Formats: sequence, structure tokens, C-alpha cells
Amino acid sequence: MIAAGKAVLVPGTNIDTDVLYPGIYLNIDDPEQMKPYLFEGLDPALRDQLDGDTVLVVGENFGMGSSREHVPLAMKAWGVRCVVGSSFARIFYRNCINLALPAITCPDAVKAAKPGSQISVDAAAGKVTVDGREFTAAPVPPFMLEMLERGGLIPWAQHKLAQT
Amino acid sequence: MGYTVAEKILLDHSDADRVEPGQVVMVRCDVVLANDVTGPVAFRQMEKMGTSAVFDPAKVVMVADHFAPAKDERSAILIKRLKDWSLEHGVVFYDQGRGGIEHTLLVQEGWVVPGSVIVGGDSHTCTHGAMGAFSSGLGSTDIAYCLVFGEFWQAVPGTIQVTVSGEKGHFVTGKDVILAVISQIGAGGGTGNVLEFVGPGVQSLSIDERLAVSNLAVEAGSETGIFPADDQTAAYLDGRTDKVWQPVHSDPDASYSRRIAVDFDRLGPLVAKPHNPENVVPVSEIVGTPIHQVVVGNCSNGTMTDLRQAAEMVKGKRVHERTRMIVVPATQEIYRQAVAEGLVDILVAAGASISTPTCGPCFGGHTGALAPGENALATINRNFKGRSGSPEASVYLGNAYVAAAAAVAGEVVNPAEVAS
Repeated sequence: MIAAGKAVLVPGTNIDTDVLYPGIYLNIDDPEQMKPYLFEGLDPALRDQLDGDTVLVVGENFGMGSSREHVPLAMKAWGVRCVVGSSFARIFYRNCINLALPAITCPDAVKAAKPGSQISVDAAAGKVTVDGREFTAAPVPPFMLEMLERGGLIPWAQHKLAQT
Repeated sequence: MGYTVAEKILLDHSDADRVEPGQVVMVRCDVVLANDVTGPVAFRQMEKMGTSAVFDPAKVVMVADHFAPAKDERSAILIKRLKDWSLEHGVVFYDQGRGGIEHTLLVQEGWVVPGSVIVGGDSHTCTHGAMGAFSSGLGSTDIAYCLVFGEFWQAVPGTIQVTVSGEKGHFVTGKDVILAVISQIGAGGGTGNVLEFVGPGVQSLSIDERLAVSNLAVEAGSETGIFPADDQTAAYLDGRTDKVWQPVHSDPDASYSRRIAVDFDRLGPLVAKPHNPENVVPVSEIVGTPIHQVVVGNCSNGTMTDLRQAAEMVKGKRVHERTRMIVVPATQEIYRQAVAEGLVDILVAAGASISTPTCGPCFGGHTGALAPGENALATINRNFKGRSGSPEASVYLGNAYVAAAAAVAGEVVNPAEVAS
């Protein structure tokens, strides 16, 4: 699958789930209502850059901490199409895959990206293009690729239920 | 080549003939857990999957702990949804006053046995590794899939072997062991791995202390922290569970991604400074830092062991006038036992507030938020910016001795000074 959009940079290492979506707003279960609180503990002004198809560019160990799916759910609700990072924390990574939001490890692309850069990501080919420059991403394992291509764990479950 | 504990459990719970790190397998769950935050999101995802059928209601547990007692209407609605869904699907539901903080509760109630697989919609599900289980914190969509199919996808993790040795000193606890590990490998150092704790020093860690160690495995990026079952595990489970279990140990020729060591002979009480659990220093390095709030409790350190340690420090003394002290027994049973042992009286007499079991003050949800400029010393697991209230507040993590000593002194102090 190809994902593309305008780069929004989220600088820093070890950006945790609590600054991405503070705990006090966890008593919300509707993704549309989660949108106003994304990045609230980090930099609320980042939300002003979320306009249409977006690729978030993030640093090392992004999304460490909580299992709260509110983070990628709110990202998707804002129009985030892909997250390109130096590395990802485990639960954030699998939440993204399950929601068919590609989380692509490509430190070189992270270094090259500037605010507003045009980024496109070909997860299957392992390529990230930043303003026309192509970078090689860490390969996405076949299972995760299939999950992304099928649209995530919900269509995956629907398919399995239809078979039984 | 032999297998580690984690590999053996995953092999036993999947259809694979062999496993190796990185391989993706579907893993069968023995217990599926969610709470008032992650359960309702999972139920929405289940609805989108187009089913409301649960794979095996006897293996599903729901616990109201994060926003319980409900802090506002929105929280009350989530808790009600959790309860209604549980009743409708015939799964066990622990309401406030009947359960407690999910991880301490499930261990206490015998849900978790060595060799089993438990998944939870909460990152601190890693706690259950203390019982020799494979436990994994998952997001709500994963939990929805587990509720329907009783399985989840899993990239087989590598194993980091942590050898614990030496004689544990006074005022040193399991919390210091895991802080030492996080300090060594960093907040992302365990990604793609589980921790496995072995060595002669493990014997001096009670089940309560092992829960604290495993609880913070995720703070090193690890999936879980496993204590292979031993005599203490067996003694703890005796009379608590009807589940049949066998201890699981790593093969002598198992392959590890890394080996590290923690030596009690060189370990004193530690604290993690703001705003990352990897910022670990000896207590002595920050002595004198003013402390405005102390919290003893949460899913890492709200056990009887912790409450006894806190009471030992404050007995016959007063909490410093600068400081608020909040004590949160992790479960209703622990609360009762603390009353029976006179610990609650000691703590209340000293000026501590005793809370009903809840996650509130740990994740900044309610009951115990911090104001800008305030410092807290808490036995919780995360000191992220804004974690427990204001982003301009600072949270230091430490064991119950260190926290309670700071409550008495009004500042960070070596526990030995308060005890003497």
C-alpha cells in the first residue's frame, strides 16, 4: 500500500503516550471526540498543522508507555496516513498496524524531512520518498504487510468470521 | 538449540512446530483482561468486526479501576458500559468495592498461573510475568480480536536474561532491581524482548516484590518480565487457584539476545528522576529535593509488602507539613488486611490519606493530581511529563520506603535517616 501526505514533524526521542494523549482524557471512547486532545501534553499547536493527508515524522522509541489506542485513533481521525520514525515502542507499533496506519522505520527519511515536505511511503517495497529523494526503510515483516494491505485487524476479523 | 521460557510458552500456545525470535505466530489466550478505559473502545471495535460473541466467557475478566469511583458523568458512563457488557456476555466483572487494581487483583484471585498466556488492554499487563506467565499489554483492537477469537498475533520476542545476585540490603526492594535494569538498558532497550529474571538473588524477592519488578518491564520497552516459577510461586498459588500448572524454565542451551546482571551487594535505594523512568540515580544523589506529594500504591507497589514498608517508616511520626501523603491499597483484600494489621491506623494517624483501590493518582485521572511546580515521590511506574497532573510538575519514582521517608521529611531523604 502507498501512503502519502504532507510532513508534520514531532521532534524528540522517547515521546510517550501520556504527552501524546494525556490520561485525563481517556474517558472518551469515540475517536472523533479524541481529536482535540492529540498532542495536548506535548505541543497543542501541532494540531494546527494537521490539515488533510499527513505523514507524521517522529524520533526514536516513539509512543513508549501506555497501550492507549486513543493515540493512533486520534491520529487517524485527523487524517494521518502514515508515521515515519527512527524507531517505535512495541504497543504503539502494533496498534498502528492493527488500525492499518503504517508505522515505518526509516531514520534517514526522518533526518531528511522538513515541515511540509511531501512524503510518500511504499511499505511493501520498503521505500520512503521525501521531496523526491528516495530512502530505504527497514523491511516490514510479511505478516504486518498483509495486515496493512487488508486494512487492519477489523477487516481481518471480518474475513475470518466470514470463513467460519 | 533450546528454548527460553517465553519461547516455550508461545510454542505451547500456538500451532507452530518451532519458534524463533521475529517469527509471527497466532497465540492462544488463557485470560483476556480489559478495564473501563480500554474495554469500551474494544467493544466498539468488536461491533465493527460484526459480532458480539465472546470466544470463552470463562477466560474473560473486566475490571473497573481507572476512573473508578467514577470522577464524572463521562467516566460513569464508561464504567456502566463495562458492567453492562460484562453481565450481557457472562464474564467476570470486578466493580469498585469488590476488586481493585486489575493486575494485583488478578494475581491475588488466582487467574494467572505459570506457563499461561494472559493479555490485557493495559500496558502493565506485563506484571503477570512475575507468576511465570507470558503476559502482554495490548491495545483495544487487539483485545477486541482476542475477545472474539481467543488469540492474538505475536512476533516471538528475544529474551534478555537478568541475573540477580548478592544479599539484599535494608530499604532495597524489587523496585530498585527493575530501576537498575531500566537504567542499564534504557527506556527502549528491551523493545522486541522479554526480560527473564534468574540467579540466587531472585530467592530474596517475594511475590509482591516480583510484581513490582515485572510491572516496570514495559518501562524498558520489554513485553514482560518473567520470573520462572519456584517454591515461592507454588506456595503463593496454593489455595488460590484451581488451574493446573507446571513450572516452565529455560533450557540450558537457550539463546539470549543479551545478558545483564544486578548485584544486591552493590545496590542501594534508587529513584527515577523526571520525566523518564530511565533517569535513575541513587537516592543519595537528590537528597534535599522538596516533596509536595507522596503516593504509595498503584499496580506496581500497592501490595501488603509496600503498605508494611510505608507504615514502618511513618509509625509514630507525622507527615511533613509541606507534604500530602496518599496511600492506595491495590485491592479490597489488601485494604482489609491493612486494617486488620493496624497499618491503616498508623498511616492515618501520621496524616496520610487512604484511598479506595484505584488507578486515579498514578495516571493523572483523578484523586491526587499535581499543581505546577510541585514535586511528587511516588511508588508508581511512570514519571512522564504531565503523567500525574500538571506538565509543570515533577514526578520521582521510588520504592515504598523511599516514598514514605520523603513524606516524613518533606524532602528526599535516605530512608535509614527516618528509620533511625
